Amino acid sequence: MTAVGLGLPGFPPRAPDGVGFLRGTESFPEAAHHELANPQLRRNIAKATHTIREKRLRVTGELPDWQALRDTGSAVKVDTLNRLPELLEQFEAAVVARGGVVHWAADAIEADAIVTELVEATGSREVIKVKSMATQEIGLNEHLESVGIRAYETDLAELIVQLGHDKPSHILVPAIHRNRSEIREIFLNEMDGVDPNLDDDPQHLAAASRKFLRHKFMTVPVAVSGANFGIAETGTLGVVESEGNGRMCLTLPQTLITVMGIEKIIPRFADLEVFLQLLPRSSTGERMNPYTSMWTGVTPGDGPQNFHVVLLDNGRTAALADAIGRQALKCIRCSACLNVCPVYEQTGGHAYGSTYPGPIGAVLTPQLTGMTGKDDPNASLPFASSLCGACFDACPVEIDIPSLLIELRHQKVEHTGFGPEAAAMRAASIAMSSATRFALAQKAAGLGRLVAGKKGTISTLPPPLSGWTDARDIPAPPRQTFRQWWKSAEGRAAIAEARAEASS
Amino acid sequence: MSSRTVILGRIREALVDAPPTPVTVPREYRVDRTLPDAERIDLLIDRLEDYDARVYRCDTAHLPAMLARVLTDAGARRVGVPTGLDESWLADFGGEVVVDGTDIPAPDLEDLDAVVTGSAVTCAETGTIFLDAGPDQGRRALTLVPDVHVCVVTVDSVEVGVPEALARLVPERPTTLVSGPSATVDIELERVQGVHGPRHLHVVLVDQAPPRTPS
Repeated sequence: MTAVGLGLPGFPPRAPDGVGFLRGTESFPEAAHHELANPQLRRNIAKATHTIREKRLRVTGELPDWQALRDTGSAVKVDTLNRLPELLEQFEAAVVARGGVVHWAADAIEADAIVTELVEATGSREVIKVKSMATQEIGLNEHLESVGIRAYETDLAELIVQLGHDKPSHILVPAIHRNRSEIREIFLNEMDGVDPNLDDDPQHLAAASRKFLRHKFMTVPVAVSGANFGIAETGTLGVVESEGNGRMCLTLPQTLITVMGIEKIIPRFADLEVFLQLLPRSSTGERMNPYTSMWTGVTPGDGPQNFHVVLLDNGRTAALADAIGRQALKCIRCSACLNVCPVYEQTGGHAYGSTYPGPIGAVLTPQLTGMTGKDDPNASLPFASSLCGACFDACPVEIDIPSLLIELRHQKVEHTGFGPEAAAMRAASIAMSSATRFALAQKAAGLGRLVAGKKGTISTLPPPLSGWTDARDIPAPPRQTFRQWWKSAEGRAAIAEARAEASS
Repeated sequence: MSSRTVILGRIREALVDAPPTPVTVPREYRVDRTLPDAERIDLLIDRLEDYDARVYRCDTAHLPAMLARVLTDAGARRVGVPTGLDESWLADFGGEVVVDGTDIPAPDLEDLDAVVTGSAVTCAETGTIFLDAGPDQGRRALTLVPDVHVCVVTVDSVEVGVPEALARLVPERPTTLVSGPSATVDIELERVQGVHGPRHLHVVLVDQAPPRTPS
């Protein structure tokens, strides 16, 4: 897998550690353990996932060409990745031709530094923000705060998360783990100038956020956004949203800074006809989201007159360097896979420890960060799945998440499993390479019955094999193998009987 | 070495070491659809009402009376319009009409009770109105800051689906797609209408293309 040549040897670097939000502090099973003990979280997540997935099925079922749209969406994204250098250069030229400035950030540290410098150049100590996964991934708000710049999240859910000193738990509805009474408490305690008589009616809570943010929209001169699409052909950027906070941020300030992953490119403006059908229906289960904004560089007399776009790598080229893993870069962040996942439905998003939760997070996060050892929390993510395949069925761009999970499990064992797991896999590989060896190994396995004792299961193995039995019991090996049974008198008799029955 | 060179180098290297599988993009989905006026407009009205937009219908001759009624019913006294809006549209309106200009600071738009604009193209299947900052629509802030947006949609600007509507756009123009009023489901998934964008969207469907401003 190591690349050599062209004077740039080596596998592309992963996202650096210690900056941003791509790695939690504990493994998925450990984190899931706490989350499962929170009945409110489970109730809220179950309600949200079930409601959205039913709406999604209804509106995708309306389109007789839904599958054709998925096929095209998938192929356009594969084509994009195949031609990424030329498309990025084309995009850059188009943005520059329309008065925008393009910056390239090799990782989160560089992206944070670029945005900070751009904000400082305006003299503003405040920025308003549109909900963005990329800026969450690079920990932009925290970085800005460390240099004395206050970032205001303007999406209602992101505001709730920010004021609650919390983390998002869902890609689409990040504050879904919070109930209205908690949100009221958060607003009363953290929102400047809030009405002390605020009740917990969602209408009133939304109105409070409108009032709080309106002043910011009208006065803060810098906005930071992400992007759903960047169109190579024209340099056009697109943001889809519901509340109008995105429109405010993209329209009113003098300076706009957009942080976009390099995989968000699509080749042609006409390709929007596919993605503007796939994304809203997969994401919120609506035929179309209330607002979509599209802009190209700078337009005199309309919107920000200073426009910057920061193209972010941060481990994406490492994912691209993996022929199987790269398909995770097709993701358009709709969150349909979260809403159908039986594992996510139980644990919610926090257990994944990353900006990207759920099935797509389980395959994207470990590729962005790498899996650094058996104790790396992200090495546990490919195992956070039952491999049921519902995510693959739901994905509007046909990312084969189950196959990716299996590939990453394999890589985890190959690269980080220096312990008993790797030894066991190597032993299995040797044993299975010849029939004689396999028979001998199976005989030896029968000895395991001595360990299992009368209850027929093995609950604790001594180190170094204890990793296996920490979280599961192993059934004792059977008394005889299938091959032994086949050759035995008992087996021969059973087969003869079955044959007689079949021919009678 | 610049980060641009570094990143492009990483990508090219990745594509050499794990060569891409060539792909032909299939285009089997529906495009170039047409529907008779009546069916197209029924579909659009159904979608707009599903989003809680208020829908009105009239012919060109009755547009000024219709707009005056809609604005009055909405309680609007001070109404903003873009520079290129047909003056005759608000001939029957008794309140104050403010023509927007780039010298007016966006926060001042908050003093408007409503805004009246035209539209570039509309998609029936999704109930989506496309605003492309044309002279009859104005800058983006104008249709964003006031709380009531009255949008005139001509029947001949209504297309069946997303591909047909997008094909009529000029990509480089700043474009806003509007599907109903602003909304959120962020609190316990309960739908709340009207967060930051206009809380009220009134759509006036006009059966014939209105004549251009004579001036």
